[in-house]
Amino acid sequence: MKILIKGGRVVDPASGFDQVCDVAVAAGRIVSIGDAGSDFQPNKTINATNCVVAPGLVDLCVRLREPGHEHARMLQTEMAATVAGGITSLVCPPDTDPVLDEPGLVEMLRYRSEKLHQCRVFPLGALTRGLRGEVLTEMVTLTQAGCVGFSQADVPLPNLQILLRSLQYASTFGYTVWLRPQDRDLGTGVVASGPLATRMGLTGIPVVAETIAIFTIVELMRSTGARVHLCRLSSAAGLDLVRKAKAEGLPLSCDVSIHSLHLVDSDIGYFDSRSHLQPPLRQQRDRDAIRLALADGTIDALVSDHSPVDEDQKTLPFAESEPGATGVELLLGMSLKWAGECGVELHRALAVLTSEPARIMAGNDSTVRSGGGRLVAGGVADLCVYDPHPEWMINAANLRSQAKHTPFSGYAMRSRVCCTIVGGYLAFEA
Amino acid sequence: MLYRRNPQLNKHGELVHLLSIEGLPASILRQVLDTAESFVSVNDREVKKVPLLRGRSVFNLFFENSTRTRTTFEIAAKRLSADVINLDIARSSASKGESLLDTIANLSAMAADIFVVRHSESGAPYLIAKHVAPHVHVINAGDGRHSHPTQGLLDMFTIRHYKKDFSNLTVAIVGDVMHSRVARSDIHALTTLGCAEVRVVGPKTLVPADMAQMGVRVCHTLAEGIRDCDVVIMLRLQNERMSGALLPSAQEFFMSYGLTAETLQLAKPDAIVMHPGPINRGVEIASEVVDGTQSVILPQVTFGIAVRMAVMSLVAGNESN
Amino acid sequence: MSPSAPIDDEAAQAGKAAEAVRDMPALMRALVQGVRAMCQSDTHLVGIATGGAWLAELLQAELKLPGAHGVLSSAMHRDDFAQRGLSAREPTRLGFDVNGAHIIVVDDVLYTGRTIRAVVNELYDYGRPASVKLAVLVDRNGRELPIQADFAAVRVDLPSSRSVDLRRDATGNLSVLVEDKS
Repeated sequence: MKILIKGGRVVDPASGFDQVCDVAVAAGRIVSIGDAGSDFQPNKTINATNCVVAPGLVDLCVRLREPGHEHARMLQTEMAATVAGGITSLVCPPDTDPVLDEPGLVEMLRYRSEKLHQCRVFPLGALTRGLRGEVLTEMVTLTQAGCVGFSQADVPLPNLQILLRSLQYASTFGYTVWLRPQDRDLGTGVVASGPLATRMGLTGIPVVAETIAIFTIVELMRSTGARVHLCRLSSAAGLDLVRKAKAEGLPLSCDVSIHSLHLVDSDIGYFDSRSHLQPPLRQQRDRDAIRLALADGTIDALVSDHSPVDEDQKTLPFAESEPGATGVELLLGMSLKWAGECGVELHRALAVLTSEPARIMAGNDSTVRSGGGRLVAGGVADLCVYDPHPEWMINAANLRSQAKHTPFSGYAMRSRVCCTIVGGYLAFEA
Repeated sequence: MLYRRNPQLNKHGELVHLLSIEGLPASILRQVLDTAESFVSVNDREVKKVPLLRGRSVFNLFFENSTRTRTTFEIAAKRLSADVINLDIARSSASKGESLLDTIANLSAMAADIFVVRHSESGAPYLIAKHVAPHVHVINAGDGRHSHPTQGLLDMFTIRHYKKDFSNLTVAIVGDVMHSRVARSDIHALTTLGCAEVRVVGPKTLVPADMAQMGVRVCHTLAEGIRDCDVVIMLRLQNERMSGALLPSAQEFFMSYGLTAETLQLAKPDAIVMHPGPINRGVEIASEVVDGTQSVILPQVTFGIAVRMAVMSLVAGNESN
Repeated sequence: MSPSAPIDDEAAQAGKAAEAVRDMPALMRALVQGVRAMCQSDTHLVGIATGGAWLAELLQAELKLPGAHGVLSSAMHRDDFAQRGLSAREPTRLGFDVNGAHIIVVDDVLYTGRTIRAVVNELYDYGRPASVKLAVLVDRNGRELPIQADFAAVRVDLPSSRSVDLRRDATGNLSVLVEDKS
């Protein structure tokens, strides 16, 4: 299908391109950016006046709950929600049921998702079998099956001996290990430690659970040469350690969730389980540090941390409820909201959703089909066209995802995705 | 952050649920204490009953066992002529979520007017209050470590009875403050009612520094904590604390923080000694003090019935939204 | 009859009532005389909070009765708890054994009779009295229960749109006011 996107503000954060012009798409590629010429006869024209034409978003953390929730048609609904959010590539953690530790499971997931013709799915393989922290997985075979990295998801880091060995093995082949920095013993808790946790009588996770984990990981990186991506930073102190490690030139990257970017611990309100998240929402100081770090590059990418949770699992007392929130449809808007509130340029607001996460996914291996993150003539046609003006309320009725729980319920969101193109195919149109 | 109205108050600012002392204005706390005054005298009548809640049902939903507290709520409800149903729901890990909301749904069909809820998880009564029918009132009889508002209120009633004016009082709360819902409720009530100084006393493992943000002075020695104070509230020390590496032994705790006739002398000579119960004699408090002249532990129990009568009759008389 | 006539009638009625209660000293003299006539050597005076209690205090002094007057609260036995909630007035304080006692209950205004029903129930929580009589300052029409005063200092007719209340000013002076409820 030949598509012509007319008159939008075309923004490519990777190159700095920023002009109002046309984009022509054919045979899965971007044919031209700028005047398409009279020879180009489009099958479909999209009027992008007053809209922004950006690379398709790359979300480094989306839980599809597949395998595991097949009966609920979760894969279909969540992938539809993902493209509705302007996302063309997603990375999913391996904490599915069963865990993604076998090539067969990874192939099945990719096969089923590709059949749906929505966004591209890039799974992370489990670092250890069953995520149990004992035996390594077949990382080479899993990479051949399509994994872009290896992870322990939210399962606490295994004992240090195992962690060291798994980093050594991964670094043999240049694989990136994606780790959530939370110490196993200090990390039992449901909210951030501090005056609020003390007042509410909830078990807190102290900042040292994150800093000690980061410190440990960085030490192990030095001795193994492994490439590590830290998932979901939550504290100012943790960011300081990341800054130092990056300054040293270590191959370390990190991301932050839309929740930690905007919310603080007091947003728990009256024990609202929609704010039960991992990592927990921390204090004002931490949020401020996260906002600065995302702007200055200490944090590389912004993720939705999309984690669907059943209604039943949320209507429980706070500590018993399952942590997680819906996020794919909020990713773009939350980045733009941050940019607007903190005076950040549009290019950076989009870079952390496109070129930066694409870079992280590619890791060492430039041959990994990273699904874009860039708008370049001749390149893959993964695009997102959005209108930055309309306002809508975040509530259950306005969300396509099966997961309706979000701490942002009731917030007003600006910007609406008009259409999402994946490999030249119009996967979503508003 | 979005503004959320305090779920305990209706749109006229009247009390419809009692979930926590936090967020309640001093006027409401005083209203409860003043109403409780009238109910103290009900004890002295020939007919120890008033018909205020006649025809209403009070359901005691205790997800965490406690015969003592449940009994005082039962007595209070019966003195108001209410019908009382006791539900002891054993908390097995298999029936965690089921028990709570399924139970509420079933009970709503049985026309309950008031739920008195005790649960081991902080915040559980808020969840229940969100899911009951509009005319139903929820009273928190203790949730996890968070709140025990009727205990806080009866402690205030006791202090007001013996000391009259909060504004020149120094109150010390001693023991496992970190895990104590009673301590939290007492702190909120004292600070709301304008108490001059509230101190929390205990080792660092049991008294975290960030408690200071609740408006208290954190003390790690008994000497500093109870010197010249007017009220000493002793908290119960639970055995689990030893297994969590928070304390080495009950004996060492008693040595450093136990209230004995000798250590009590650090306080003012007319200081009163309180304890929410049940008391661990020789662990946090010596028998000689429990049975001594400065102890008001038994009056606390009597006042507890009047305060609970006051809370029930106040919420039952206010319309929810 | 023209539409404005009923309102005029009401105003006229209210005017007449206001005139009847204007002379407070006269009302008090009448009340003292009426209660003295009902008193025996062992009668206990009990005033209903708040207005009745003020009157009972004055009567106790005027009649030189031993001890102190009692106070009765209707709060515990009111029949409108579900609509109006718990009222926060002075609690009941008697100071004598109700069993076998001769009691005169004093109130400022007798209207529907519901308050009297409630305070009699309250008295019964304390024991079984030998006799209970009722003395009021103002008896207004509008009874909703079969209850009457044994003595009233003055009787008035008032439309339901008007209220009549006993007020006490800062210096302790009592007066009776007729007011438009709207």
